[in-house]
Amino acid sequence: MSEFLTHYAFLIVPIIKIAILVLLVLTVDAYLTWLERKVIAHIQTRWGPYRVGPHGLLQPLADGVKFIFKEDPMPAGVDKIAYFLAPFLTLMLALTSLAVIPFGPQRFTVWGYETHVGIADVNISLLVLFAITALAVYGVALAGWASNNKYSLLGGLRSSAQMISYELALTLSVVGVLLIAGDFSLRGIVEQQAQSGKGLVSWNIFPQIIGFLCFFTAAIAETNRVPFDLPEAESELVAGFHTEYASMKFAMFFIAEYTSMITVSCLCTILFFGGWLSPFPVSWTFTQFLPSVLLIPFGLWMIYDGIRYETIFGRVLLPGVGTALLALGGALLAFPVINGYIQGPFWFLAKVFVFLFVYIWMRGTLPRFRYDQLMSFGWKFLLPVSIANVVLTSVAILIWGKH
Amino acid sequence: MTAPLIIFFVLAALAVLGAVSLILQRHPIHSALSLIVVMVALAGLYLLMGAEFVAAVQIIVYGGAIMVLFIFVIMLLNAGLEERTNFSRLATYAGIPLALAVSGLIAAAIVRSGGYLPAPAPSGALTSTKTLSMLLFTEFVYPFELTSFLILVAILGAIVLAQREN
Repeated sequence: MSEFLTHYAFLIVPIIKIAILVLLVLTVDAYLTWLERKVIAHIQTRWGPYRVGPHGLLQPLADGVKFIFKEDPMPAGVDKIAYFLAPFLTLMLALTSLAVIPFGPQRFTVWGYETHVGIADVNISLLVLFAITALAVYGVALAGWASNNKYSLLGGLRSSAQMISYELALTLSVVGVLLIAGDFSLRGIVEQQAQSGKGLVSWNIFPQIIGFLCFFTAAIAETNRVPFDLPEAESELVAGFHTEYASMKFAMFFIAEYTSMITVSCLCTILFFGGWLSPFPVSWTFTQFLPSVLLIPFGLWMIYDGIRYETIFGRVLLPGVGTALLALGGALLAFPVINGYIQGPFWFLAKVFVFLFVYIWMRGTLPRFRYDQLMSFGWKFLLPVSIANVVLTSVAILIWGKH
Repeated sequence: MTAPLIIFFVLAALAVLGAVSLILQRHPIHSALSLIVVMVALAGLYLLMGAEFVAAVQIIVYGGAIMVLFIFVIMLLNAGLEERTNFSRLATYAGIPLALAVSGLIAAAIVRSGGYLPAPAPSGALTSTKTLSMLLFTEFVYPFELTSFLILVAILGAIVLAQREN
């Protein structure tokens, strides 16, 4: 058995990693919808989901069950192949793009097979991501075209035009980072930011602030989120390209959208904010207790909040989870060895969470662009600024060198 | 059979099937989708040869940009089913024997050259992005710049044509 494992470890280990990542990402997607509804509700002084489970925490589960059991009608006159292909393609590409993201620095060996945190470590991971983004247009365009519906078609056309336009700015805004790092691999880009060992100050965000702003704007447009959600503008196009999709097929578009949000947040973190690196200098070893310092007050607050909750279920569940978090924080304090391992993923996920929150925050704050504004913003502002950023960065590197 | 050989045959079969379906499909969108399958399968073949950069560029440029424009135009014009005319019947009767003849010629040439061609050694020097760009900006800088100039002229031409009506 062990011989079999060592022989086929190159196959088994990635499959296990993929299974874990997909399950994890789908769960995070589900709770992202909960977070989005909660945050937007509080921005608009409402409560948001509150009925299913304490603080509406079981709402994603109820939604998932609802999606599975809903009727899935197919409108007349659809192009069957494209109609079925579109949601699968969208979801598949969105999930595939996560495969090249490195989540932490460690390398470890399983059954004699050396691996790392993340699924594939390719030299050209950034190019792979751009290739997947380039293909992602088809899902939306095909869905819009195949549905045999005017609104869907308009949504599909809008999205293809928008995604082509903003892809240029997206690609060009990263060139500055590539010039500094001299490497296409995401792992290489993070390691380059770690070189000085001074923490925060060596992140790419400081020399590349223009690049970051262009990248984030273009990336929001690529993921079709507010204020660039014209493909599904509900006040103009019913629901845009997914008007005719119901049940699980609609859910697939939805999951794909949230997964791309996660991918974009991961990319922002890696390219501009030092990936898994701690913002503190390497010499400040005491900062590695930060996860436990954060976990313990959060656990205490959950217990405090939970014992006053209206329902009995909430009064049991919330303090229970709080106690678990408290115990976890305590364990991290008691065995500092574990801290070294979780530092990378902790900082990575913390930064990703900040970007996801910004995504939601913007949805609750900004109005939608008009179509001509969208096009002129992309072509006449974002693209020239990204090109100027490339020129500026190259000149700066030529004059002062890389540091 | 080794794993790369199996992957090669799968990808090659995918590319050929995509190409055949491109011709046989009667709806322009289905034809365009088949062409995308061919492009992606070709990218897979490049990857198999160790040319990572070329594979990624194949998908970004051909699979992404160019084919998206195809689909966009087909959707915008709302093109319907293909109409079969006398000429297309002629193309079938003359085209299939011709295609078979050309394939036979190529196959014969491959067989005469000694059955199996030796697999191209994945030369690390040429496949890495860094060396490729080095070559592009030193040894082949004039062809590279000339091509860029040609593309620029094409872009300007497109803009002039698009604005003529005003």
